[in-house]
Amino acid sequence: MTHSDFPRDALILGGNRIPFARSGGPYAGISNQDMLTAALEGLVARYGLQGEKLGEVAGGAVLKLAGDLNLTRESALGTPLDPRTPTIDMSKACATSLETMIHVSNRIQLGQIDSGIACGVDSASDSPIEVTPRLRRILHRAFAAKTAMQRVKAFSTIKPADLAPVPPRNGEPRTGLSMGEHQAQTTAEWGITREAQDELALASHQKLGAAYDAGFFDDLVTGYRGLSRDQNLRPGSTLEKLGSLKPVFGTKSPQVTEPSMTAGNSTPLSDGASSVLMGSADWAAERGLTPLARVVDARSAAVDFVHGEEGLLMAPAYAVPELLDANDLALQDLDFYEIHEAFASTVLTTLKAWESEEFCRERLGRGGALGSIDRAKLNVAGSSLAAGHPFAATGGRLVATLAKLLHERATETGIVQRGLISVCAAAGQGTVVLLESVTD
Amino acid sequence: MTDAYTRFIRSAPGGALAKQLGLPRPSRLLRREDRPEPVLGPVVVLGASAGADQIAHQLLEEGADVRRRFEELRRVGSVIVVLDEIASPAEIGPIMLPLAGAMRTLAPGARVVTISRPAGDAEPSRAAARGGVEGFLRSLAHEMRGGGTANGVLLEDGVAVDAPGAIGALRFFLSARSAFITGQFLTVSSEAGSATENRSLPLAGRTALVTGAARGIGAAIARTLAADGAKLVVLDVPGAGTELSRLANELHAVPIQLDVTSQGAGERLVSSLREKGLALDAVVLNAGITRDKLLANMTPERWDPVLAVNISSQITLTEALIEAGDVLGEQPRVVSLASTSGIAGNRGQTNYATSKAGVIAFVDALATQLEDLGGTANAVAPGFIETEMTAKMPALTREVARRANSLQQGGLPVDVAEAIAFLCSAEAGGIRGETLRVCGQNMVGK
Repeated sequence: MTHSDFPRDALILGGNRIPFARSGGPYAGISNQDMLTAALEGLVARYGLQGEKLGEVAGGAVLKLAGDLNLTRESALGTPLDPRTPTIDMSKACATSLETMIHVSNRIQLGQIDSGIACGVDSASDSPIEVTPRLRRILHRAFAAKTAMQRVKAFSTIKPADLAPVPPRNGEPRTGLSMGEHQAQTTAEWGITREAQDELALASHQKLGAAYDAGFFDDLVTGYRGLSRDQNLRPGSTLEKLGSLKPVFGTKSPQVTEPSMTAGNSTPLSDGASSVLMGSADWAAERGLTPLARVVDARSAAVDFVHGEEGLLMAPAYAVPELLDANDLALQDLDFYEIHEAFASTVLTTLKAWESEEFCRERLGRGGALGSIDRAKLNVAGSSLAAGHPFAATGGRLVATLAKLLHERATETGIVQRGLISVCAAAGQGTVVLLESVTD
Repeated sequence: MTDAYTRFIRSAPGGALAKQLGLPRPSRLLRREDRPEPVLGPVVVLGASAGADQIAHQLLEEGADVRRRFEELRRVGSVIVVLDEIASPAEIGPIMLPLAGAMRTLAPGARVVTISRPAGDAEPSRAAARGGVEGFLRSLAHEMRGGGTANGVLLEDGVAVDAPGAIGALRFFLSARSAFITGQFLTVSSEAGSATENRSLPLAGRTALVTGAARGIGAAIARTLAADGAKLVVLDVPGAGTELSRLANELHAVPIQLDVTSQGAGERLVSSLREKGLALDAVVLNAGITRDKLLANMTPERWDPVLAVNISSQITLTEALIEAGDVLGEQPRVVSLASTSGIAGNRGQTNYATSKAGVIAFVDALATQLEDLGGTANAVAPGFIETEMTAKMPALTREVARRANSLQQGGLPVDVAEAIAFLCSAEAGGIRGETLRVCGQNMVGK
């Protein structure tokens, strides 16, 4: 093979995840490594990858213990994959496993590898709890001490306040505001109503429930610890029930006059793991695996939320137009839209921004609005509001779900299908991906 | 897997105490890995019929140490009593009585197998003779020691002693694979089936589905069938998906997550099989649950799921597999899990026993239906088996249940699996609608 053979297609061959659980639920006390190993074991079993030496397993976690520096490697070693399969750990907040997918895709496209797994895991139930920076330094000084006297001296400087454990920071380091509080400001700015948010949340539950009932997830999810569906899923919820919940975000921001974001229209803290199997066309054919979709392109963007110029979770609103332009597509040319539901209002502000002449002119520097999308094509198999959102596992869930949707629809209609994945991430970032169906 | 009592009894002081007090002293059962040879020799073939000669020749050809008399033998491994031509009860004694003097020479784990014919509609004298064999064998099984077993092969009239099913059943009873089966008969009703070519991998080239495979007896069945060379499709509920994946990875099996009681489960199974290009040569319907309560406390919540999983799902799955027309192999074998509770009934198990008695009748009817496809259906009825489920029984109840059989111990999941592996084999084609008990001759029912 010569270099002129590349880039070649990177294909999504399938996926597997464990059902997502609410933090403190059935996976409490289960480590990231346990969950990621389980997701990979299910993938290996489903696609008969026992003993396979893959090109790479790329994975990551957002809430990661210091001891888990080789989390992906340790997890892969716990599976029947060939132990000589290389791995890499990556991290980009909620976009982590979308980025691991892009990484594996790029390497396949360039011919550096023929196959790989993109994966991610997170446990809000087993997140790292650290000691205060002062105590850490005192302890290091004590460990480095040469005499007992020096050690005693170091320890004697510890104050009671140093002993308080430090849980992971629930907020943006540069603003001190939580993600929900940030989004509440964006929600208010864009005038997104409570009703619209609750309707989106209800639809997410209903669509995820219907997809499970139809067996859509039979070959995407492997039961774990007695859980066979996402624990957060409430297909029988109603607008009344959702409407009765008290707002939890926006309550601390004076600029938010009517807080509307509740536990019902925001994703809960979750535990879970996901994985996506990828390969070149030849690699798939040699193993009799059916390609579902190919990775067309990807973009990322970041916004200046620190100075209040843009909302924290608005980066995808910038990344998507760039992705579409690069591929000569209009927003309406897509058949499926997978827009990560960090909060119902994240999806709604993003859509509203694309519908806004002003935003598209002033912020995106375009001639006019991108326009609206056919809502029937949005998150058709449910999304994070219903499934839950273990940060680094969400990208893998979206990729496998969309790839299967594209393949199914293309097989039915005989027409090539295109789908978009858009994921917002902490620190004002966003990653977006374009997939296209593959059929025999 | 050995229980605490048995460990104690096997110690020197424990053994002495048990002897003094007349307590049960269970012997260690020899299983496949303990006794790999197919026939424990020397093997004595009793009987003067042409069939007896045929059996003796067959075993000789296979390299067994075959004798026709006990004289001078200090130790006997196996005894085959061929009674296929007896016409009156008086003929049993002369053939069988030489065994009396040899009982004390039987080796640990010895095997006695009778070969006779079911009474059927034979004339009165012949029927009495044939029926008599049953009483003889069941009593003998109670008298066997050292983990020895006694079982019988019943050949319908017209079935030759060297028919594939006859030889298959004989070999199974002689082998260590039938360690926890004693006092049982297996009827061979036709000469269908074919001899096993690859003795060490009897299921090579065959594909088998096991439902409820993620753990317990189901996992043991999958492992045993895989060890016998079968390609496995393992099925369990989605909630047990990760355990199922691990088993699939271990056995290089195809996992299918499916709730067998769900709407359209049969169609989903069929489409999964088609998608993967699989045709099943064996279907093991193992998925089962218990929800025990006295009838006085029985509710639909406890009754319905037991019936749904244990019997209704078997009906819908087999119907879908047969109707599909392209997902079963040439000579399909269906083996279903019954229970001794389905034979004798059990206090607190009206729901379970209903479902399991249903299974026993179901396989008989299904066997008739499968005949046209060259297939057959049978059931295995486990007695007390050491599993996670029985480990949760109250200690005293468990201890009583465990000892209430001729072998004075609980069986292992692998014992059930071995019986199923045999019924899935090519040889078992002539065995139809049977329910084989794997219970150590449990004191309940037949």
